[in-house]
Amino acid sequence: MTAYLLKRLAISVVTLALASMVVFAVLEILPGDPARLMLGMNASADQVELLRNQMGLNAPLVWRYLHWAGGLLNLDLGRSYTYSVPVIDLVRERLAVSLPLALIALALSTIIAIPIGLFSASRRGRAGDTIAMGAAQLGVAVPNFWFALMLIYVFAVWLRLVPAGGFSGWGAGVWQALKSLLLPAVALALPQAAILARVTRSALIEVLNEDYIRTARAKGLPYRTVLWRHALRNAMIPVLTILGLQFAFLLAGTIIIENVFYLPGLGRLVFQAITQRDLIVVESVVMLLVAAVIAVNLIVDLSYAVVDPRLRSRQ
Amino acid sequence: MKFWRTLLAAAVLAFASAASASAARTDLVIGIPLEPPHLDPTAGAAAAIREVTYANVFQGLTRIGPNGEVLPDLAESWTISDDGKVYTFKLHTGVKFHDGTDFSAEDVKFSLDRARAENSINAQKQLFAAIDKVEVVDPATVKVTLAHPQGSFLYNMGWGDAVMVSPKSADTNKEKPIGTGPFKFDSWAKGSSITLVKADHYWGAPVFLEKVEFRVVPDAAAAVPALLSGDIQAFPFFDPDSVAQIKDDPRFKVVVGATEGETILSINNKKPPFDKLQVRQAISYALDRKAIIDGASAGLGLPIGSHMSPANKYYVDLTGRYPHDVAKAKELLKEAGLENGFKATLKLPPTSYARLGGEIIASQLRDVGINLEIIPVEWAQWLDQVFTKKDYDLTIVSHTEPNDIDIYARKDYYFNYDNPAFNKVIADLELTSDEAKRKELYAQAQKILADDAVVGFLYELPKVGVWDAKLQGLWENAPIPANDLTKVKWSD
Repeated sequence: MTAYLLKRLAISVVTLALASMVVFAVLEILPGDPARLMLGMNASADQVELLRNQMGLNAPLVWRYLHWAGGLLNLDLGRSYTYSVPVIDLVRERLAVSLPLALIALALSTIIAIPIGLFSASRRGRAGDTIAMGAAQLGVAVPNFWFALMLIYVFAVWLRLVPAGGFSGWGAGVWQALKSLLLPAVALALPQAAILARVTRSALIEVLNEDYIRTARAKGLPYRTVLWRHALRNAMIPVLTILGLQFAFLLAGTIIIENVFYLPGLGRLVFQAITQRDLIVVESVVMLLVAAVIAVNLIVDLSYAVVDPRLRSRQ
Repeated sequence: MKFWRTLLAAAVLAFASAASASAARTDLVIGIPLEPPHLDPTAGAAAAIREVTYANVFQGLTRIGPNGEVLPDLAESWTISDDGKVYTFKLHTGVKFHDGTDFSAEDVKFSLDRARAENSINAQKQLFAAIDKVEVVDPATVKVTLAHPQGSFLYNMGWGDAVMVSPKSADTNKEKPIGTGPFKFDSWAKGSSITLVKADHYWGAPVFLEKVEFRVVPDAAAAVPALLSGDIQAFPFFDPDSVAQIKDDPRFKVVVGATEGETILSINNKKPPFDKLQVRQAISYALDRKAIIDGASAGLGLPIGSHMSPANKYYVDLTGRYPHDVAKAKELLKEAGLENGFKATLKLPPTSYARLGGEIIASQLRDVGINLEIIPVEWAQWLDQVFTKKDYDLTIVSHTEPNDIDIYARKDYYFNYDNPAFNKVIADLELTSDEAKRKELYAQAQKILADDAVVGFLYELPKVGVWDAKLQGLWENAPIPANDLTKVKWSD
């Protein structure tokens, strides 16, 4: 197990180093000058040059890469060109929105999806299954920004139970903050839940066809026990894989939902930074996300071992 | 059933509490589409900086009023020497910055010298180019000497880029702006909202609002429910295409005004075949402005025939110079030796007016034999490729700086246009302060641009504001980027 962990860690470090080079190189060849963007169309070329110098953009490429990568090693993510504050502060503020949102959405999607998957798999081919999977298909197909707008019109405009958007910040009270995260979390969770339900169902059906399930049934175990103790546990591996991918997506891939609810999340920070060529923010946040995805994958891999004892002895 | 009744009761309660709270309202939430990168108008071009700070947090010697007029601000009055070179400003006394320091002539000297300094990164440094020296006469009097008379000097001093800052806080204004205005900066939740509150010791006429929050709503589709739910009470810059959803609702006012944004089909004047006058004129004849305005600005833009806003006092109507005439356009192309038409590219920045207008213009030019390949670009790419490197044939953009006809006289500007006669008119304008003469020169300048068909003049970008019907005092027009809140109040 330790050797396995060490090997995984080494791979992670190499991946991070390679990713940093690719991210840096790709963003550097992107056309667009952050200094010109800040000064607009009326500033002279000399002034743009002056600002480029002040921002350190005229230093050689390799030097700038080393400076940035060296900073990352010291957990210094650099300073935003446009906001002129440390990137880490921006990230921290945004994570205060994105992390709870991702966790709530993930929890919601799991709570909705797993029971539906169980229900469908155990009633395979019957009316209940058809209806549940039809609904799941709809959940995958409905564009989530449209669904989000419908939620806003019903719960914010018509019933006025929650704000139509925005984020009051945790300082204004936990309940207030949770209220503004509720609709976006539902809008995010629904399509995720639909996918997860389908994956759970097919994984379960596959497991339910295994010989040992028949054996378990044959030795007289009740169906319920077989389903929960033997089948579900073995079907968890694909489900966990999807969950890991979904978490990474929920953390930063939710720009559209963040826009509809005008939430100050991580996705919007990156998007805004790209359009404003705030390269240092994009580079550092992307690296953080790469690190997060690697960490989540590692956790998912380790959790395979938890749900499946066979993987523990195998190296 | 019980559930729905509870919901309904909750909704009624919410309505009732909202209604009782509005009786003596002094708070306001304003929606803005773009978040400012920082809050220092002397260190960046972004209009969003001014939309929060102008006239609210920061003030200049003069200011621009709701209809583009020059008004006194921190300067109570001024005198101009007979040769037009020396401006003596008399300042208001008892003015304090929000951090408690006194405002005096020293601060004026500091602010102006800082903006025009060698290492200044003021985005509109040209505003200060004529200043030769700034002298403090006494704490309430400052004398500005120009290198040459400049007709637009008082107007220039009213720009957001020319506001007064204190040496104590100038370097930290980006994060924590300290000005002399009626509202002071309170807090900024990055990515979300900026809050201003009434300043403690304001020197001028008292304002009505106690607290104003600027909330960032980037998505036009989200703006409508935000208004309907009452979360946000005003969108001074609303998406024209969403107006239909709001305009029949008596709870809201829809106000269409003018901006200083000349929306044009820019042409690379040095690149063949656009270096031929006939080709550029053919393009002007081929454009059907009505169709473009209907398609790209929900029918709200005003047509223009040269580079001047119809709301501007120097405007002359030249929209009849090139009526939509396909036959005439084809004839001109034939004269230019291009009877079989030609191919070109049209680079479009991401704004909706450009993307929508681009499709329509491409189809209109196809009718006269010009086949355009549409290339969508990001804003940063546009600035880099089109504006800086001049690597383009045609593009669509709105020039939003006020009174900016002089850009056609700038060396190396991306139009690649160089007409000595036009440059002369602009040079004369710079030196003329007599109003009648200025008006005549501006008229000449507009006419030369129209005759040369330098670019395809399309329409003036409309300013569509939507706000609560009980809200008063917001600007109808946008002569400069601003959300002036000094006269805004709730009626009950």
